[in-house]
Amino acid sequence: MSSRLTVEIAGLRLSNPTMLAAGILGLSAVSLREAINQGAGAVVSKSVGLKPRSGYSNPAVAQVEGCGLLNAMGLPNSGAGHFAEEIYELKRDGLRAPVIASVFGFTAEEFAEASRILAKAGADAIELNVSCPHVKKTGSEIGQSPRLVSEVVRKAKCAIANPVFIKLTPNVTDIVEVAEAAVEAGADAIVAINTARAMAIDIETAYPILANRIGGLSGPALKPIAVRCVYEIYEAVDVPVIGCGGIATWQDAVEFMLAGASAVQIGTAIASQGLGVFRSVSKGVDTYVREKGFRSVKEIVGLSHRR
Amino acid sequence: MSGCHTVVSRMRTVKLTSVTAETSAVKSFVFNDELCSKAEPGQFVMVWIPGVDEVPMSLSMLNSRKGQAAVTVERVGEATEALHRMKTGDTVGVRGPFGNSYTVENARKVMIVGGGTGLASLAPLAEKLAKARTEIAFLLGAKTRSNLLFHARISDVLSRAGGQLVVTTEDGSFGLKGLVTASAERLLEQGEKVNMVYTCGPERMMQEMFLLAERFHVSFEASLERFMRCAIGLCGTCVIGRYRVCQDGPVFSGQQLREVKDEFGRWRRGFDGRKTKV
Repeated sequence: MSSRLTVEIAGLRLSNPTMLAAGILGLSAVSLREAINQGAGAVVSKSVGLKPRSGYSNPAVAQVEGCGLLNAMGLPNSGAGHFAEEIYELKRDGLRAPVIASVFGFTAEEFAEASRILAKAGADAIELNVSCPHVKKTGSEIGQSPRLVSEVVRKAKCAIANPVFIKLTPNVTDIVEVAEAAVEAGADAIVAINTARAMAIDIETAYPILANRIGGLSGPALKPIAVRCVYEIYEAVDVPVIGCGGIATWQDAVEFMLAGASAVQIGTAIASQGLGVFRSVSKGVDTYVREKGFRSVKEIVGLSHRR
Repeated sequence: MSGCHTVVSRMRTVKLTSVTAETSAVKSFVFNDELCSKAEPGQFVMVWIPGVDEVPMSLSMLNSRKGQAAVTVERVGEATEALHRMKTGDTVGVRGPFGNSYTVENARKVMIVGGGTGLASLAPLAEKLAKARTEIAFLLGAKTRSNLLFHARISDVLSRAGGQLVVTTEDGSFGLKGLVTASAERLLEQGEKVNMVYTCGPERMMQEMFLLAERFHVSFEASLERFMRCAIGLCGTCVIGRYRVCQDGPVFSGQQLREVKDEFGRWRRGFDGRKTKV
């Protein structure tokens, strides 16, 4: 892939602007390595807390016609102690892409402690998950309050020297207010957005399909909302924005970058395209950048903001 | 890696058209579903027991002419107990069929080794191979006589196709006494020339068969079981090495299993991602 695609985010160098989104495949070192081998410019792990969690019962995933996927996994993870071994194993043999560990906690102290453990194990950066829409006392319950967000970021920044990203929820009145609070507290990049709270009901049995009843919507229906969030956040803050939500093609990626994303995260599209989606998206972005006469993909970031 | 086919992965509710007790702990559930009826042996579905759970299950009967399919389920926990309480006319949800299937091309003379509910995917495989006039040595294993699954069905298939059936029970209450893998080893040592070994059942049994296939240089396929959530290759719950059992499997070749031999037959990940012994 050409050097036109190289981007830098908070000091991390990505060979191309595609990233594996949190929550997708990232439970094991081998899965994360495979995503990098298949072309991801960076990978984000599944969200990890201090203690192991099994998550919710199945159904944890439901397809919603024409919209995308609903999921309520319930933050299953092996716990920071166990997951540190996967990060260590992953980094031990050398990698050509940065590894970002997604973390969650029920208090700011837990976020900081999980960040410290995984940074020590070798994670290049930490992504704070204050946006999971379906687990009580964490995720979006924190991410909906600028005050709590600020506290979580501040404590994580104190705990580690590595860059701290924060992934925001669209389930707020004003996402810009939350992004500003995060940046003021020291966040090095903003990831926008996590899934939207949503549900589906089976009309034959009258049961909500997800075991947890309510989950998060990802995929195509989320894209226009995510583009708007990236656009608004880009105008308000001076740290890099990473776009996430319904990206499946290079055209989607370009749209996010024009809105202000320095890189894009891909998740749901892996179900239909496999891990090959990273290469096909970055190849398409590269062709677009070249044909439009730019020297670097960085030149298209935020281009739609000119008036 | 074809990924999810949107029509297939959509959940459909289906009514059970019949429920049959196969053994004291195993029942088969037949339902009408065009997509499942056209599945290939080895593929699986996610079965939703409304309000209880959703679990992956191999398709144990495929009848595209009638538009019917079935799953065969052992009562082992909350979800399967709830399913066992269901009757003809009750509603379940299905997603799928998912995953790959057994390779039947170029199979001239084959050995099929099945234990426990592993027979669920092997019975339709035997039926397909018999139709293609493949010569089959079927090794059927169980703990004891009353646990033997699909004995009559397999005998019937083989009597029509002219195959060989070897039944092994651990307590010797029926057929040979011992482990089914010992019967397989004996056949291979006696110079039984097969060009493919298929297996499904307890993972330690499959691992044993993998080692035998390696020793006798025979092509090999095993159908693996792992905890699953999404079944469309996203959540990572079912990974073995770099493979996702739901998408890249559930059927794996000897060559693929060589790559994950530190994991296959040894440990798998629980729902929380931690490693547990197989």
